[in-house]
Amino acid sequence: MWWRSASFILDKNDSFLRDDSETRLLSPPPSSSMAQTLDPNLTISPYYQTRAAHHGVVTSDWLAQAHAAAGRDTATPSSEPEASLNSIGSDNSFSVIDEFNNWRKQPDLAEAVAAIRALASVIRSSQATTMMELQNELKTASDSLKSWDMTSISLTAGCDLFMRYVTRTSAVEYEDFDSAKSRFLERAEKFGEISYKARKIIAMLGQDFIFDGCTILVHGFSRVVLELLKTAAENRKHFRVLCTEGRPDRTGLRLSNELAKLDVPVKLLIDSAVAYSMDEIDMVFVGADGVVESGGIINMMGTYQISLVAKSMDKPVYVAAESYKFARLYPLNQKDMVPALRPIDFGVPIPSKVEVETSARDYTPPQYLTLLFTDLGVLTPSVVSDELIQLYL
Amino acid sequence: MEPRRPSRVIDPKVRKVGFFTPGPPPDRTRSGPAATTPTRNQSPVSNSLSPVMIPPARHASDNLSRAVGMPVPVASQLHAHPPADSLQVGSYTPSDSVISASPTRSPSSRIGLDGEFSEDSINWMKRSNSGRISAARPTGGPDLKQSVEALINVAEGNKPGTTSGMSAPAQTSKPVNKPNQKKDGPPMVSSTIVPERKGGDKPPEKDRKKDMPPPRMQFDDKSRVEKAKKRSVTKQTEARNRVELFRHLPQYERGNQLSDLESKFFQLDHVHPAVYKVGLQFLAGDIMWSNTRCIAMLQAFQKVIEDYSTPSEKTLARDLTSKINSSVSFLIECRPLSISMGNAIRFLKSRIAKITLAQTESEAKTFLCSDIDRYINEKIVLADKVIVRHAVTKIRDGDVLLTYGSSSLVEMILLHAHELRRQFRVVVVDSRPNLEGQQLLRRLVEKGFSCTYTHINAVSYIMHEVTRIFLGAASVLSNGTVYSTVGTACIAMVAHAHHVPVLICCESYKFHERVQLDSICNPDAIAKVPGRTNNCLDDWAGKENLQLLNLAYDVTPSDYVSMIVTEHGMIPPTSVPVIVREYGREHLLI
Repeated sequence: MWWRSASFILDKNDSFLRDDSETRLLSPPPSSSMAQTLDPNLTISPYYQTRAAHHGVVTSDWLAQAHAAAGRDTATPSSEPEASLNSIGSDNSFSVIDEFNNWRKQPDLAEAVAAIRALASVIRSSQATTMMELQNELKTASDSLKSWDMTSISLTAGCDLFMRYVTRTSAVEYEDFDSAKSRFLERAEKFGEISYKARKIIAMLGQDFIFDGCTILVHGFSRVVLELLKTAAENRKHFRVLCTEGRPDRTGLRLSNELAKLDVPVKLLIDSAVAYSMDEIDMVFVGADGVVESGGIINMMGTYQISLVAKSMDKPVYVAAESYKFARLYPLNQKDMVPALRPIDFGVPIPSKVEVETSARDYTPPQYLTLLFTDLGVLTPSVVSDELIQLYL
Repeated sequence: MEPRRPSRVIDPKVRKVGFFTPGPPPDRTRSGPAATTPTRNQSPVSNSLSPVMIPPARHASDNLSRAVGMPVPVASQLHAHPPADSLQVGSYTPSDSVISASPTRSPSSRIGLDGEFSEDSINWMKRSNSGRISAARPTGGPDLKQSVEALINVAEGNKPGTTSGMSAPAQTSKPVNKPNQKKDGPPMVSSTIVPERKGGDKPPEKDRKKDMPPPRMQFDDKSRVEKAKKRSVTKQTEARNRVELFRHLPQYERGNQLSDLESKFFQLDHVHPAVYKVGLQFLAGDIMWSNTRCIAMLQAFQKVIEDYSTPSEKTLARDLTSKINSSVSFLIECRPLSISMGNAIRFLKSRIAKITLAQTESEAKTFLCSDIDRYINEKIVLADKVIVRHAVTKIRDGDVLLTYGSSSLVEMILLHAHELRRQFRVVVVDSRPNLEGQQLLRRLVEKGFSCTYTHINAVSYIMHEVTRIFLGAASVLSNGTVYSTVGTACIAMVAHAHHVPVLICCESYKFHERVQLDSICNPDAIAKVPGRTNNCLDDWAGKENLQLLNLAYDVTPSDYVSMIVTEHGMIPPTSVPVIVREYGREHLLI
């Protein structure tokens, strides 16, 4: 972004005479569009990689590229946490990250549940004898998980929730260590159930908003939204769905596949055709990768665009998200988040001089969202902060 | 994941956010009308009304009649009330009146003039629309009548009760009689929470007294201004050529309060010397910012408590409370309280009320003093540190930060970010008449920041290079509205038009559950332009058609605020009542 102000120009002229360190003051913030070839520190977001693998229709080219990139980059981040982990529990070669990845690969499992299951396995394989030791181990595991993938909000939220549960309830006096351990494991299992039930609750709440004969626009492949549409279809509602293609993951193709199995009339749009079709649309449904404190959501790239169009044409935008996705982040603008990049395959080779915007997600501010369907009920965006404050009180 | 705290929602379909406390809804006739008193957003006690049922415009006439104890809808009783009621009438509630601005420093200090809130914005609008103050009829709808009527009846019942009850033990000298009742507003609220918890078996009269804050001072009514003047400790001469539009607010000239007060020193024996000293410092403008004033006041109260000894046949709690009341009213005379100071006083009073008879006097005193220390430490010192830590995460390399005036908290944030070696530029925006931005600028340049300095007239010119705006606040009101130095609203609006995020940095003890407006102060300050020998406005008072208006505070609507940084984290402006609800209750429960 180039600044056009007079003072900028004056300063720039001065800086040519001065030292280099001054010019850094004027340079724009590092944009996330730097391709990873230029900046090896910006890695591909494993979260979005996994999602692509689960939900998108991928080409072999993309896979090859992703593997190459992953092979180059995962060497750096994972070695540190593994090293730290190994230094603590060096007698067992257990790695929480591997465990987490195993869980994560299951397509139907929510990210936070995978995280908590990974932490539960830490407890299971832990050789600690006191509560403090166990807590420390858990904390280290949780930190390493979070730092391994900083872009996944559900992961962070899941770890945080479990850690809070552990620290809050670990001071119970009458309990001995083993029963405490089993209680934690029980809780972890229960969380899986809760999260599964959450989807059902959301589906039930949300499908009330679908009326007969309505046209719904869906963006991205969210399991919650799919569940919602399934429930609505089961309740004999007649509606039709427009899916955006969802490049580069092509989530739309996958979604339309699923919906066709349910006998719901589906129409595919390319991403650019959203404004064109907005007239015939009655409501927009999206999922969320994370719900932030302001009430806005972080979701697949393209959500912000669609919400803007919908808002300007007075169409409601509904978000379906479980409550464990609420995070204490507060982005002020699009670039205020941890960058989450993923490679994009254009099908043709791109000259190396050309930059590609590879961010996988964007932030939709709360004023463009109408309602949030969560397992806590149907909420307006401003209630998210209320819930977060209560949770972290 | 873990079980949430039990939801306090009575009707699951209606989410009541921010206006409610648990507990049995008090009797409607008692606290219902009290809830619909001048303060639109209810005090935590009076929660029987749903948040939706906020009674619409009660305007000048309501205040007028309520203040005079006249039932509004029944015109026949208009003159029925004894003049004794007017004792209550002339009072104005300081705690919902004036606020000091943390960033404001004025060489020609606005002594005691700093502000007065009008009851509610709707009120104000109606008046300004009419162009002149209408003292006549209520135009509230018929559905309002009942609540107003009930309120008036309550008010009637209140007046004699309050006058006799509250003033007798409190005051020994008459001059501070009136101000004492002013203070009853918010403290009444907090002390009512305590008796409610104990079962609420106090006589209804007393509760009613406590629930309703005394009405506000009507500066446009000549008779009441006269009465107020008679009773006040300091003399304040009214400004010549007052601005018609703002007649509901005090407009005084910078007077001779300081010398007056000094001469009265030996007469005011009910005021502790520490409090007197702090009052003089406020009056003279030595202590300026909201945080500093609050700390100074609390430390003075600590001394009062240390030197205090219970007279015989009186309980510690009651007597100490009345002593604090008298000190507070003295301070109000010197300079009206800010909202933060009001909250601190409420905290202190609730602590005093918690003293049981079982504790000895010295125990109680040490307990109170340590509580005050803890309050200062937690709410101000530590809170500032946490806020700085949160806010610094929003400063990235290459940012251009804009700040307005001089806020100590924003300065701390900038310094901390500089220590962390973030590379950023600062734009300091300043405005007349105080030009406090210059102090900030000087300090920043000394530390090696690269700064730009500009006047508020140029803010739209410079706004497109700015990436973030950090502002301080004197208070944040319950609907997310920010009350701060005049000019803040202007900056926030221009920022909004340019899509620049505005971050307000404010400790949570400054949050307030009311909604308020504007204020006016010393007009002479703007007539003087420093450095010019030939001031064309030197004899402005002589010109009949010329009126000078010097506003001290303004109000920024919550739409223009992107985020509020408090010690509880970064919250959207809609979550202020949540913080007031959650954390306000905590310190009352402990």
